[in-house]
Amino acid sequence: MSKIIRVEKWHDVIYSMWIKALQISMKVQPGQFVILMIDEKGERIPLTVADYHREEGWVQVVFQTVGTSTMKLAQMSIGDEFFSFIGPLGKPSEIKKYGTVITIGGGTGIACIHPITRALKEVGNKVIAIIGARTKELIIMEEEMKEASTELHITTDDGSYMRKGFVTEVLKEVLQGEKNVRKVWAIGPAIMMKATCAVAKPFGIDVIVSLNAIMVDGTGMCGSCRVTVGGQTKYTCVDGPEFNGHLVEWREFMNRLTRYTELEKLSSKMYKKKCQRK
Amino acid sequence: MAKMIPMKERGKRTPRHMPEQDVHKRIHNFNEVSLGYTKEDAIYEAQRCLQCRSPTCMDGCPADINIPEFIKKIVEENFTGSYFEILKTNNLPAIAGRVCPQEEQCSKACVWNKANKAIHIGRLERFVADWARDNKIHLERVGIEKKNKKIAIVGSGPAGLTCSADLVKIGYDVTLFEALQKPGGVLVYGIPEFRLPKAIVEYEIGEIKRLGVTIETDFIVGLTKSVDELAEEFDAIFLANGAGAPRFLHLPGENLNDVYSANEFLTRSNLMKAYAFPKYDTPIKVGKKVAVIGGGNVAMDSARTALRLGTEEVHLVYRRTSKEAPARKEELTHAEEEGIIFDFLTLPLKILGNEQGDINGMECIKMRLGEPDESGRRRPIYIDGTNFILQVDLVIVAIGTAANPIVARSATGVKTNKWGYFITDENTCSTTRKGIFAGGDIVRGAATVISAVGDGKRAAKAINNFLQ
Repeated sequence: MSKIIRVEKWHDVIYSMWIKALQISMKVQPGQFVILMIDEKGERIPLTVADYHREEGWVQVVFQTVGTSTMKLAQMSIGDEFFSFIGPLGKPSEIKKYGTVITIGGGTGIACIHPITRALKEVGNKVIAIIGARTKELIIMEEEMKEASTELHITTDDGSYMRKGFVTEVLKEVLQGEKNVRKVWAIGPAIMMKATCAVAKPFGIDVIVSLNAIMVDGTGMCGSCRVTVGGQTKYTCVDGPEFNGHLVEWREFMNRLTRYTELEKLSSKMYKKKCQRK
Repeated sequence: MAKMIPMKERGKRTPRHMPEQDVHKRIHNFNEVSLGYTKEDAIYEAQRCLQCRSPTCMDGCPADINIPEFIKKIVEENFTGSYFEILKTNNLPAIAGRVCPQEEQCSKACVWNKANKAIHIGRLERFVADWARDNKIHLERVGIEKKNKKIAIVGSGPAGLTCSADLVKIGYDVTLFEALQKPGGVLVYGIPEFRLPKAIVEYEIGEIKRLGVTIETDFIVGLTKSVDELAEEFDAIFLANGAGAPRFLHLPGENLNDVYSANEFLTRSNLMKAYAFPKYDTPIKVGKKVAVIGGGNVAMDSARTALRLGTEEVHLVYRRTSKEAPARKEELTHAEEEGIIFDFLTLPLKILGNEQGDINGMECIKMRLGEPDESGRRRPIYIDGTNFILQVDLVIVAIGTAANPIVARSATGVKTNKWGYFITDENTCSTTRKGIFAGGDIVRGAATVISAVGDGKRAAKAINNFLQ
């Protein structure tokens, strides 16, 4: 069984969890994800791996509380076991020596971009990392990202920390200055990934995005996570989660992210009520 | 105690009806529709069996059950004996008794079938299995000589479960790997509660565990470990991972928000228990008007699930007629009784939606039947100018499944055909790599539970021969 060995609350809504999962920690590669279930009645929650340690046998995930499942997850503590914990899922990032690359993380996407950034640097790339969030408290893993990258830029929407503005503005400047950027990775809210593609496109540079589509099994069985890429239907769970962002049908992808919004609201309302009664 | 009745009497009797949940009630709940025979019903039906000297019914059973023998024991009211007789060759009797298409198999081959009075063998099998469960009758295995050989079974659906049970019974050390959180495969994620209660599936799997099979859930062969890695640890492997990938029609609009694959719809409802949302956390959409595309059992399951979730109007859109539909007759009848609207000879062309991705209709065209095609069914042909829009807000695509490549990708030397199904020897289930066998839907493409059971049995025999 997979057991929680460490939990940290990084912000009102952001948590980091370290989970003992021997087999997964042995196999997982940057860019892959896990799916966990809190209890028998829970959802299958996909989370991208933020870090892992093969010798110590753990994986780290970072999440933001947005609905019932993540609120429940935030209630778990050291020693608790998951009802179900599977992985590693999805295709790993294509890590090789490109030359100069840029990695971008927005919000909890910073955690997802972290192992990719590190791996890209380890194989000899110059990695320019750009991370951003709404406000200072939401900037996570700054130290880890500094270490994982060659050069780190930080932005906050409200200017409460480092540079005021969006990651895309920094990206544009870097692209204008650096002539040899071979590839960009961007992980974060759909709107941020889409905007990143728009900025990189005129420079003729590919942007790899990691899509957080709605999934059930995560192994290619249900088709819930399908997305149109280059005119073809792909399954995010087995064909992705990383795709060439320039080919992603963003409108459809973002529409499909809202499929359960109403039901999720209902569910979290009921969950909050239940918590208050306790 | 009941007795065999004279031959003349047997001829006079008509087949015993199995009680069902009232149609008006059942469309509002997920409880089982068929209620099963009482002891009296079972004996009455069993007494009709002619106990043929050379029984034809057995030819129709992929699980090789000694049908006349287990029926005879019902007449003798030796239900324990009857149960053990079935268990000799079929480890999933309560499941098979419910979902096997007996009318195409044992009952079709029954001599009474000519007079339209085939023995309801499946109902009898179900009765015996249910009786044994209620009376806590377990098969105890003692004194099996351990063979000290390890076998990995990939996938815990009917093929994997059957193969595991057959091998553990003769002394092998068997580990069954399942990717999902619960074992059972299609029995758990695919077939709805109202047709196959999950408690029954759990029970029969529990019995297989009792025999000594180790079940590892949450283990995705191909990702958690490759088949190649398993081949180093195990003496033989049986691949029975099913045809789990959904198929779509590639129609415009098929990725609109509320277009479900039957796999997704049923997995949410069955495995994740979304029908009990928000008591369970996984949500499922309830359309006002739903179209289910397809004519098989999965299409019926999807339509009837949608109805039970509270959909006002459920259309079943199929391009041929009920005669060509691959669904069991019983499923078609149940669906019709429950008020599913059958739009036969209708082909969907396009799913229509708005900017936000919500569905606001499905364009269809009327068909007529032409000459038979290679499958022997009459080919549907467009009738020009008959396009119309079916007003629906949710669509479920239930046109079959395809091979999921995850397992095959990790199995060096195990060849697949152009559809991704494993190439095997029909008699031994052996693949193109020594020591690796395959069966069930990942060889046949989507087929039936009982054909998977048959493959599991054949593979177990072949694996035993291979390891001798």
